[in-house]
Amino acid sequence: MGEIKLMKGNEVLAEAAIRCGCDGYFGYPITPQSEVMETLMVREPWKETGMVVLQAESEVASINMVYGAAATGKKVMTSSSSPGISLMAEGISYLAGAELPCLLVNVQRGGPGLGTIQPSQADYFQAVKGGGHGDYKLIVLAPSSVQEMNDFVDLGFELAFKYRNPAMILADGAIGQMMEKVELADYKPRWTKEELVEKNGDWATTGKPASRKKNVITSLEMASNDMEVRNINLQAKYRKMEEEDVRYEAIQCDDAEFILVAFGTAARVCQKAVEVAREKGLKVGLLRPITLFPFPKKVIKELARKTAGFLSVEMSAGQMVEDIKLAVYDAGSNARVDHFGRMGGIIPTPTEVVEALEDKFSWELSYGVKRSY
Amino acid sequence: MTEEMIIAGFGGQGVLSMGKILAYSGIMEDKEVTWFPSYGPEMRGGTANVTVIVSDTRISSPVLQEYDTAIILNQQSMDKFEKAVKPGGVLLYDPNGIVHPPTRTDINVFKVEATKASVEMGNPKVFNMIVFGSYLKVRPILSPDNVEKGLAKSLPERYHKLIPLNLEAMQKGREIVEEVHVV
Repeated sequence: MGEIKLMKGNEVLAEAAIRCGCDGYFGYPITPQSEVMETLMVREPWKETGMVVLQAESEVASINMVYGAAATGKKVMTSSSSPGISLMAEGISYLAGAELPCLLVNVQRGGPGLGTIQPSQADYFQAVKGGGHGDYKLIVLAPSSVQEMNDFVDLGFELAFKYRNPAMILADGAIGQMMEKVELADYKPRWTKEELVEKNGDWATTGKPASRKKNVITSLEMASNDMEVRNINLQAKYRKMEEEDVRYEAIQCDDAEFILVAFGTAARVCQKAVEVAREKGLKVGLLRPITLFPFPKKVIKELARKTAGFLSVEMSAGQMVEDIKLAVYDAGSNARVDHFGRMGGIIPTPTEVVEALEDKFSWELSYGVKRSY
Repeated sequence: MTEEMIIAGFGGQGVLSMGKILAYSGIMEDKEVTWFPSYGPEMRGGTANVTVIVSDTRISSPVLQEYDTAIILNQQSMDKFEKAVKPGGVLLYDPNGIVHPPTRTDINVFKVEATKASVEMGNPKVFNMIVFGSYLKVRPILSPDNVEKGLAKSLPERYHKLIPLNLEAMQKGREIVEEVHVV
């Protein structure tokens, strides 16, 4: 068993990065994720593992430092909160286009604009649909506990290198600021150049020996035919992610007539809402997507055939609900999909969620559950 | 066992650190714990509060509407959280600065004159530990041994010389807590 500590989600991100053999962190402070870099600066990992920690002059600089360092095959990361991620959008698109592995962390706050520093989940679209330009996808992991903030650093890097693709941890201010018991991972040494090539192939700009052709890292392709081939390959990679790396947690879904779908902090609230609803005699379950891309479509399609309705609970005006609707439509099911959310930095309470469920599905609850087929 | 509590007062009263010591003590007793603070504008000079949950099982929502226990250390928090205590729950408060004492009769109310006692002890900084001691007297959910370990864990080592003073403050809290109303 690893070392047990009481830590904030943001602090754990920093600790996990050091322990998983991260080579470099480039960032710029912003509430509510500033503790990530603060913790790194206090820990001084450059003395311990050789990891570089650098405060850049802006988010734009940070993401381009990540681009440069990732091109050398190093395990590098940055973190920010919503407005900062918007500033990074161009660089993220370039990283995806050049197929560079890296870890991005968004500890979301309420928007739009400068918004609020309180927790939000309104960057779902930005994270899973693009955010930057072009047809690209990030691998998006949504932690709902401090333990998962720890675990997803290593997992994020693993997936990023598996697919040569940026991975993002999409957290929110609550998970970042909250302290929980966490079991820390054991230290893994940073990869040597040889290990990097052995584990990930010889694509990075690690210094060209006479024996191989030069490795070129770019997202630019002047010939449209070549650019289309690149796009086709990217799409094939994204389909592979959908085949192999969907992650989710299903809580009491087996006999559920209504299913709450929620990720991150909202999923924690919904877990309690399931308890409250079950005490009232309502058969409610919770589906918690852990990967937001690849989205757990298949399980939603399966559930759509036996449940009367889905309620997407989000700290936003309703974004993930669109992906649920697509999956239910794909299933050919007439299960109803609705949304309940709070905005502006407010976290819904479990009672509010149950009341919303009773309100939005009052027909089904009054006249008996409408079976889908 | 699940204890869902809120500790609320002014920034600087040691609300967040009291919660942290409680959470660490819970870990020492092999419990699941969650510590969720107010952060941002409300922390910068205004009211501060922290939700602490200690449980034998996996903790669901870190955000709650009602609490088993509320520790209330200013009037604003009294106005906000007296009504949020579950029927049969516990409200512990310091009467210093409280102009409208709690009126509910369906909860257990205790008071501790911790501000006064900390001044008498010659160290206003131990205020929160006096309150913490009172809390543990009223709600003995954790063993004193584990609380002592939790205290040591949550203090940086350079402050470990202050542990005896903190324990003394907690003892004081245990002694001076008064029952106001018991269901």
